[in-house]
Amino acid sequence: MYAKLVLLGALALLSNVAQAGPAIQHWQTQNGARVYFVPAPELPMVDVRAVFDAGSARDEGRNGLAALTGAMLAEGVKTTAGELNADEIAERFAALGARFDAGADRDRTSVSLRSLTELTLLQPALDLMAQVLRAPSFPAAGFERERNRMLVGLRQQEQSPGDIASKNFYKALYADHPYATDPSGTEQAVSKLTREDVAAFHARYYVARNALVAIVGALSRAQAEALAEQVAGGLPSGESAPALAPVAPQAPQTVSLPHPSSQTHILLGQTGMSRADPDFFPLLVGNHILGGNGLVSRISNEVREKRGLSYSAYSYFAPMRAAGPFILGLQTQNEKADEALQVLRDTLSAFVVNGPSEKELKAAKQNLTGGFALRLDSNSKLLDHLAVIGFYGLPLDYLDTYTKHVEQVTLAQIKDAFQRRIKPERMVTVIVGGGAAPR
Amino acid sequence: MFKHLTLGFLLCFIGVAYAADSTTHEFKLNNGLKLIVREDHRAPVVVAQVWYKVGASYEYSGITGISHVLEHMMFQGTRKFGPNEASRIISENGGRENAFTGRDYTAYYQQLEKSRLPVSFMIESDRMRNLLLKEKEFEKELKVVMEERRLRTDDDPESRTYEEFNSVAFQNSAYRNPVIGWMDDLENLTLDDLKEWYRRWYAPNNATVVVVGDVDAREVYQLAQKYFGPLKPGKLVAPKPRREAEQNGERRVTVKAPAELPYLIMGYPTPVLNSLEPERRWEAYALEVLSAVFSGGDSARFAKRLVREQQIAANAGAGYNLYSRGADMFLFDGTPAQGRTITELEQALRAEIRRAQDEPVSAEELVRIKAQVVAGRVYERDSTFAQAMQIGTLETVGLGWRVMDEYVERINAVTAEQVQQVARKYLTDDRLTLAVLEPLPIDPNKPRAAAGKGGHDVR
Repeated sequence: MYAKLVLLGALALLSNVAQAGPAIQHWQTQNGARVYFVPAPELPMVDVRAVFDAGSARDEGRNGLAALTGAMLAEGVKTTAGELNADEIAERFAALGARFDAGADRDRTSVSLRSLTELTLLQPALDLMAQVLRAPSFPAAGFERERNRMLVGLRQQEQSPGDIASKNFYKALYADHPYATDPSGTEQAVSKLTREDVAAFHARYYVARNALVAIVGALSRAQAEALAEQVAGGLPSGESAPALAPVAPQAPQTVSLPHPSSQTHILLGQTGMSRADPDFFPLLVGNHILGGNGLVSRISNEVREKRGLSYSAYSYFAPMRAAGPFILGLQTQNEKADEALQVLRDTLSAFVVNGPSEKELKAAKQNLTGGFALRLDSNSKLLDHLAVIGFYGLPLDYLDTYTKHVEQVTLAQIKDAFQRRIKPERMVTVIVGGGAAPR
Repeated sequence: MFKHLTLGFLLCFIGVAYAADSTTHEFKLNNGLKLIVREDHRAPVVVAQVWYKVGASYEYSGITGISHVLEHMMFQGTRKFGPNEASRIISENGGRENAFTGRDYTAYYQQLEKSRLPVSFMIESDRMRNLLLKEKEFEKELKVVMEERRLRTDDDPESRTYEEFNSVAFQNSAYRNPVIGWMDDLENLTLDDLKEWYRRWYAPNNATVVVVGDVDAREVYQLAQKYFGPLKPGKLVAPKPRREAEQNGERRVTVKAPAELPYLIMGYPTPVLNSLEPERRWEAYALEVLSAVFSGGDSARFAKRLVREQQIAANAGAGYNLYSRGADMFLFDGTPAQGRTITELEQALRAEIRRAQDEPVSAEELVRIKAQVVAGRVYERDSTFAQAMQIGTLETVGLGWRVMDEYVERINAVTAEQVQQVARKYLTDDRLTLAVLEPLPIDPNKPRAAAGKGGHDVR
């Protein structure tokens, strides 16, 4: 057919295109922060992100502490010229046309700045970012308010069946492991957090040996080196965070929670993989076929395309420092919940038993390698990659070798990895919904 | 002063950015199809979007949601490609794809390695005229859309509040229609309705193709001629204007739904660029600045005064879209802080509105807003997708893509007096519509003491 001819021609062309990623430059600041830099001369702007091994996995029972610490950074700083309050910090960044952001996930706290390269704008923005990282004052009034806002946010999540399902899935899967709690914390824990907790968390984890700085922008190497010193050079050296506890295997269980929603949200899953997992690529490519490639994956095909049961049905691995989860999910009208769960389970079981077909594997590889350039087509995507590569200690040529690793995955490897690792009969199942409870 | 120097520099600087914008090229095919190509050679990728002038604001009572259902059906097969097959072809070419429907447009897109652009044009030109609308796929896809409605609207109390707000705030304007459609209309939609809607709006003379990426504009034009050129134009009948009638008194809506937190929306009818005479177009830019005065980031008034200083709001925002096809709303929304009520939040928002009417915005505030606008124009060029979105939106609502190049200049020309003037003219009490989400207990057997206003009946 005509269409296929066009495609084959284009494919032949692409295989000759070099799949090299950007050359990542790497060094350390004087005080021991790791720096990762990719020059991007095309646009007159700079993105810089400081990443600390200070995610909610470091909360130590004070759930929500990493997130609250991040939210408190721009509440006040001590500078040589006196103290700046939250209004003054926000006004300075805005007047410079800069964008500042801080947030925490389970593994990381990330503090980001985007600025134009013009020095009269960039320099003061970087200075302020450095002060915010090094010398936040954590004023008491701001602390009470931000903690209250976190509590409001937690209650907002309680009215979303999707959020409830996700939180309960992690709770069931990770039990006593620090990954069990959402970075936003719990009402009970957040209401007990103190200013001193935040100050101690900052002092312990916002240190150079626990940090990396990722930089993408229109800078020379010398400028990037100076920038990294400016942002992170003032941090105490400190110590890197200790290794996280390994994740214990989960017991199979089903958690059913009533919610007055018209849909039931279903999550199914188990422990997945860490970033350093030897099965990383077979599991990644296999999952792409199973449920990771939008509307053309098996799960979406079975649940949505064939049966119209759900708007969104998917599966994914969330690789983290310790073993992250493997999750399958969907939402469907309450009456169809049993049917949809059965389809989801059957689709997974069939995949684990039989593995993918040769045709499916080829199509998945074509998608992953043919679309490789799309992963690197903006400064913000490059910055995300640098942060991941730096934080998880991936090789600097990770992007260069990505397509090669994908190409090398075989049918047998996928089948073997899924059969060894994925146990459909031992899954954690979370079901939220069912409609209004009897009154 | 330092801040003025900063802004002076930014203004010079944007001149450089303008020069780069000359890489945008506009073409028109004989069948009426418009093609806009912006060359951006930063990465070997391309984004292609096809925009149709149809969306929820083209719909009328009884068929709401039809544009969005048709968008779903566009993936369900032509004579050349079976259901979902086009998606598989795009995937096998390393591409990402999707589509979106709004009030004023329906659009389809692919993101691809640059040599694969023909794949996009092959699929889009085919389904522009050759869609097969079949009963089996329709029945199934309608179920998917109903699940989407349950997910996005029915089970999200804030989203339900917004839907009801719209249907009351707009009486004649088709902006009252929910994009996803009322459930009852979805249940009664027929395949014939869809066939008629497709025949009416899917034609090259009702479409704009936008391509941004590492391409040569001439080559893209030739490619477009090859694929889209042979398509026959359709007979277009312009939608009725359905201009909104004057509002003569406040309107209040209450939505009771299972929820943890109350939520407030307030809106005032306002003109947009498209609905204003050229000599009054400054008003739209002044309203844009006014919305930034209220909620343009952490240094804006709501964050500073309502969230940090008075601690009345946990969150509060203002919104205005100057690029709507027809007259629209200036919106406010918010959630009260802990221990605060909806009434207190409403009073605080009204006090902020009065302040904007009584006092001119300070010079520092204006400088900050303009600094962010100027920098934002550079930042948005980091995303080819965002650039294509802007071009597509502006073309589809009838303003033309060049309007985006005027944006910085027009915002910079806005004065404090003009901001005050539009606040006085449009944010008036008799033109207000207000919607409140009143939480019902999520678990009726365990009512929370603090939930909502308390004291509501549990049936």
